[in-house]
Amino acid sequence: MTRRDDTPLLEMRNISKTFGPVRALDNVSLTAWPGEVHALMGENGAGKSTLMKVLSGAYVADRGGEVLVDGTAVPTGDPKEARARGIAVIYQELSLAPNLTVAENIFLGREPSRSGMVNRARMMGRARPVLDRLGVDFGPDTRVAGLSLGERQLVEIARALASEARIIVMDEPTTSLSSRETEKLFDVITALTAQGIAIIYISHRMEEVYRLSDRCSVLRDGSYVGTLDREELSAQKLVAMMVGRDLSSFYKKEHVATEGRRNVVMKVAGMSDGRLVRECGFEVHEGEVLGVSGLVGSGRTELARLIYGADPATSGEVWLNGEEVTPRSPREALERGIVYLTEDRKALGLFLDMSIQQNISMCVLEEDAGTAGTLNFRAAASRAARAIKDLAIKTPSAKLNVGALSGGNQQKALLARLLEAKPKVVILDEPTRGVDVGAKSEIYRLIDALAREGLAVVMISSELPEIVGVADRVLVMREGRIAGEVRAAPGRPVQQEEIMTLSTGAAA
Amino acid sequence: MSDAQDVTASDRKGSQTAGSAARMKSTIMALGMLPVLILLAIGFHLMTGKFLSVNNLSIVMQQASINVVLAAGMTFVILTGGIDLSVGSVLAASAMAAVSVSLIPDWGLLGIPAGLAMGLVFGLANGCLVAYLGLPPFIVTLGSLTAVRGVARLMGGDTTVFNADLPFEFIGNGSLFGVPWLAIFALTTVVVSWFILRRTVLGTWIYAVGGNQEAARLTGIKVSLVLLFVYAMSGLLSGLGGVMSAARLYAANGLQLGQAYELDAIAAVILGGTSFVGGVGSIWGTLIGALIIAVLSNGLILTGVSDIWQFIIKGLVIIAAVALDRYRLKGGART
Repeated sequence: MTRRDDTPLLEMRNISKTFGPVRALDNVSLTAWPGEVHALMGENGAGKSTLMKVLSGAYVADRGGEVLVDGTAVPTGDPKEARARGIAVIYQELSLAPNLTVAENIFLGREPSRSGMVNRARMMGRARPVLDRLGVDFGPDTRVAGLSLGERQLVEIARALASEARIIVMDEPTTSLSSRETEKLFDVITALTAQGIAIIYISHRMEEVYRLSDRCSVLRDGSYVGTLDREELSAQKLVAMMVGRDLSSFYKKEHVATEGRRNVVMKVAGMSDGRLVRECGFEVHEGEVLGVSGLVGSGRTELARLIYGADPATSGEVWLNGEEVTPRSPREALERGIVYLTEDRKALGLFLDMSIQQNISMCVLEEDAGTAGTLNFRAAASRAARAIKDLAIKTPSAKLNVGALSGGNQQKALLARLLEAKPKVVILDEPTRGVDVGAKSEIYRLIDALAREGLAVVMISSELPEIVGVADRVLVMREGRIAGEVRAAPGRPVQQEEIMTLSTGAAA
Repeated sequence: MSDAQDVTASDRKGSQTAGSAARMKSTIMALGMLPVLILLAIGFHLMTGKFLSVNNLSIVMQQASINVVLAAGMTFVILTGGIDLSVGSVLAASAMAAVSVSLIPDWGLLGIPAGLAMGLVFGLANGCLVAYLGLPPFIVTLGSLTAVRGVARLMGGDTTVFNADLPFEFIGNGSLFGVPWLAIFALTTVVVSWFILRRTVLGTWIYAVGGNQEAARLTGIKVSLVLLFVYAMSGLLSGLGGVMSAARLYAANGLQLGQAYELDAIAAVILGGTSFVGGVGSIWGTLIGALIIAVLSNGLILTGVSDIWQFIIKGLVIIAAVALDRYRLKGGART
């Protein structure tokens, strides 16, 4: 299918992309031939999305990077030009207008019209052959709201075809599809490649990559690692390429997790939410750091929110020190001694218009309050002063708005709030996201200190070196279930490869 | 590796200057509209020569007082990011209740609690719909704006109820050491509101819910209770406003009383610097906002501007207030 002697349909050469001091992409190249399915793999944050945003024109590539279609350059940073040259990207979140018909969606923004009046008949007439090419069983006048997610995805593909796309990027297209819909999508992909269209297929799922791809490229930390041909593909090779990096030395682990001799602090059983979390159960011991790994969308955050009572569970129980406590609201969880650090501190954690002191004391206002619920400013001030010292929050004053702090210090202020509640179980969701390296190592030290004090710590993280460096034991989630557990053995830390294998289902 | 990290870097750069900039900003915010109020007063005095007389200032205070009370309740609601459009109608219904009950021989003073209770009940009803059914505040109170107006008309059989011997008429027309009782009620309301907002746990929760409702829930704050409270408070204060206006007029009319009062109250809150999206603002600002509106009305009458033009000017002031709110948000150090 690939024709090496020709010019490739798409060639991305030496693409780099920096955001301020951060290098998101470093000299990445990628080619695609007509009729090829080129899979793109990598950990969360490896740079796949950034690369595709350069391709679609959403980002301008740094100087020296080039995108060529049919051997001629396409200026980056111009979505319109990229579309005109036949590049179409289908994102995970579909961008259809549900109240419009299929045909209206296909031609949205490019309606066939004469002097401002939409020519409906022509629109329907032009939509029909496109839908026929995809072999769908709904008509152009169907309302999108009535279609399933899989069918909507086909409408997105139809939209790409109608704009004469020849390079179609699919970003995790099967995430929300049923297995039947997935089969249908694969049939469509095969049909499209037979028509000479190149597909760039981003996926975390090994079985899909095996089945579909002609070649597979791997990115890691924004760099190009390598490309495997179909014959060379193996789970081991791919995982090694995705993970292969040294363990950084700055993870702190002084607490000794002698599981078995220690008490179970929290037990979670049969937790489901009817959508993204299915029958999850685990135990966490005192003085233990339990890591929870898994790809984006595997249900880690959703599980944490269920345990914390932030979202309603359809089934499941939470036991704390042998007593069933299953919180129905965050308030109940806090009262029981379970705290949760959100992954999105600005949207879901901090009160940016309030002072550091107010933010830190927010959970314990009632505890400190005088009769009739009057605020105890002295207690709040001493709590804030202690937290600022203990957690080394860098600020000239506790009265400063928390929004004025750097990301790392904001995170520490939010952690301080949780710790003021005197928790027994601390659930941390991506505790070092958007935090600079210095603050990162301070947060690791803090996690270590919490474990030494005998707290049970559950840490969700997308960064494999981090989770391997900090956790004693790692649960791996895949598609809403706990796919397995990776333990450290004496003298042998938790292995990143095992986590990657479990989270991608490579063993299956 | 993620986009968030470069945000962090720029945050850190900014934080050195943030200290002095924040102090500067908070000073400007605290002063708020006070200079505008003073300039307006001096301007009207120069134009008419009688604006700053003791007699006229007493009239301005009386005129401002009912709006101050309504706007205080509105401040609670807007601080949570909500809105209460029903205050004028609730005021009318409460005034009807107060005057009707005051007609009971020997028990006329019960008119006061009757008016307050009427306001509280409607406030609680709004609050339940917003807090427990999760309906949008604008829609809920738009509905009660109309429905409660109907209730007010129903109570008097759609006529005006009078009581020439109103037992609590001193509230509307008397004064204590030369200060009108209406103004005393208004100032007391402001002080109590300030205490609740700045000195109690509940007050902090109100700001927290307005600043970030989902974060508030995840922090264990009883968000529903906070929402119920602010609408109940707004209802109760509308009830107080009803009692005050009944006392001033010796009468209440379900159709005419309190028409469009919600607009003056909202305008006062926004003029006072409280953000329409919630979480930021102060009750003192509201007081100044309400005084600006009263000074504007009184001054325009003194200068002989026709009431048609008064409408136009007041409307423009409301728009200017919202423009100010936008400007303030944009200039703010939100990260």
